[in-house]
Amino acid sequence: MPNTVFSPSIESRPTYAGLAPRPGAPAIMVADEAGAAAVTHLATVDATAMAKAHVVLVGAPAETSDALAALSPAAVQTVPDLDTATPIVEQLLSQARMGTQLFLAGSEGLMGHISAIALASGMALEDIQMEHRGSIARRMQCVHCKGITDGVTTDPFTCSHCGLTLFVRDHFSRRLGAFQGVCVDAETPGDIPATEEIRP
Amino acid sequence: MTKLALKVAAVEQLTPLVKRFRFEDPTGAPLPVFSGGAHITVEMPNGDTIRRNSYSLISDPYDPSGYEIAVRREDTGRGGSSHMHSAVAEGDTITVSVPANLFQLDLRARKHVLIGGGIGITPFLSQLRQLDREQKPYELHYAARSRAEAAGIALLPEAAHIHVHISDEGNRMDLGAILDGQPLGTHVYTCGPEGLIAAVADQAARLGWPKSAVHSEAFTAPPPGAPFEVTIASSGQIVPVKADQSLLEALEAAGVEIDYSCRGGACGRCETAVTACDGQIEHNDHWLSADERAAQKKIMPCMSRFKGTRLELDL
Repeated sequence: MPNTVFSPSIESRPTYAGLAPRPGAPAIMVADEAGAAAVTHLATVDATAMAKAHVVLVGAPAETSDALAALSPAAVQTVPDLDTATPIVEQLLSQARMGTQLFLAGSEGLMGHISAIALASGMALEDIQMEHRGSIARRMQCVHCKGITDGVTTDPFTCSHCGLTLFVRDHFSRRLGAFQGVCVDAETPGDIPATEEIRP
Repeated sequence: MTKLALKVAAVEQLTPLVKRFRFEDPTGAPLPVFSGGAHITVEMPNGDTIRRNSYSLISDPYDPSGYEIAVRREDTGRGGSSHMHSAVAEGDTITVSVPANLFQLDLRARKHVLIGGGIGITPFLSQLRQLDREQKPYELHYAARSRAEAAGIALLPEAAHIHVHISDEGNRMDLGAILDGQPLGTHVYTCGPEGLIAAVADQAARLGWPKSAVHSEAFTAPPPGAPFEVTIASSGQIVPVKADQSLLEALEAAGVEIDYSCRGGACGRCETAVTACDGQIEHNDHWLSADERAAQKKIMPCMSRFKGTRLELDL
């Protein structure tokens, strides 16, 4: 399964160009189970890609991490979820030098969350490469209570923090690494459109 | 452009070629504060033309009591800097623009590396005061040929993160050593000769730095050259440009209305469309792209000149 192509939308909606080789560059790679395939593909295109790469695998089974370890990266760490990945990535970024590349592959939630941390660490956007693989579930911020709901697959959805019914917007915040969810029935409480699966 | 009529409060010879000037409001009123890297444009009346040169402010951006600049005398220039050196004295009145900034710090950076060559140290003198006040990590590297020429030495504070490289003393600046291993989020700023700016950009690219973290300002004044003529498309008026005059100055002297800001080929404000060109435009700006230069459809009158039979401007 290749990089997902999303429908054209507003400029704020991120698009993902895919992982391209940066031979010889030190790298931090963060991927989920689906994204691991993009990392493997990068390693086949560029034989030097893994030698200086620190890989953080999020919520992937043992066979996936074994497969990546077989590519001989500088290090592989497997963590159960994004919350556990966060301090590890922050630590890697705090020790990183100019010229380091960040490769993100997998869900939009993973890429949005990790790229926001990287931007806050001073990394330039042009040094962050992303490839979407797997689920098109979104990481949403409720603009009302500011709570984050990850893994959103329907529009509208219910904010997991304040319970409002939120419309899934394409408006994306790079700082927060999340799409914006806006109360769908603010004008006429209770007037809620039919729930639909979100599409790429 | 808002202008200020100021009093020359102090003139100090820093080195044989560099003088420091301090300007204050004649009534002692506070001046607009600015940001690190900002410049002012100084007016120098000279016969029928007003020469205007931009100079980086070297004083504390947060100090409204006066503006200070350092001017290096360029004997091969159009005469702006030598006018400052020979004709401007304490007590004179001088007209300057309010500060503008085309070389501001990127405040998202986690660390700033400032590299100044020769008189290119000037914009960093205000920037380092801003960085000190904001307690942002930085290091400054100042390169000069000899200690006698190094006006920056008198202007820089002594501190562990301020490095002076004097090539005559065998202490040449090693850009590889400066840039290699800088922490993520570092931005580099260079001001000085073209060669230094290119060398820093090269070294940064080799080390995989993103372009957005590499900043520069060339501190050029318009070069003199052979006289030429331009035609104004709207009126048919022919404006002669003298050898020691920039095209922008000639247009101003002829009463042709044209917008400007930096007068150094960096800001893009005076960009003018060329409606006819039989000859070669000598592009001396940092604004137009290589393709735009080759097309000869645009010119930056503040810096660029012309050789040929006919140049018509959309003015």
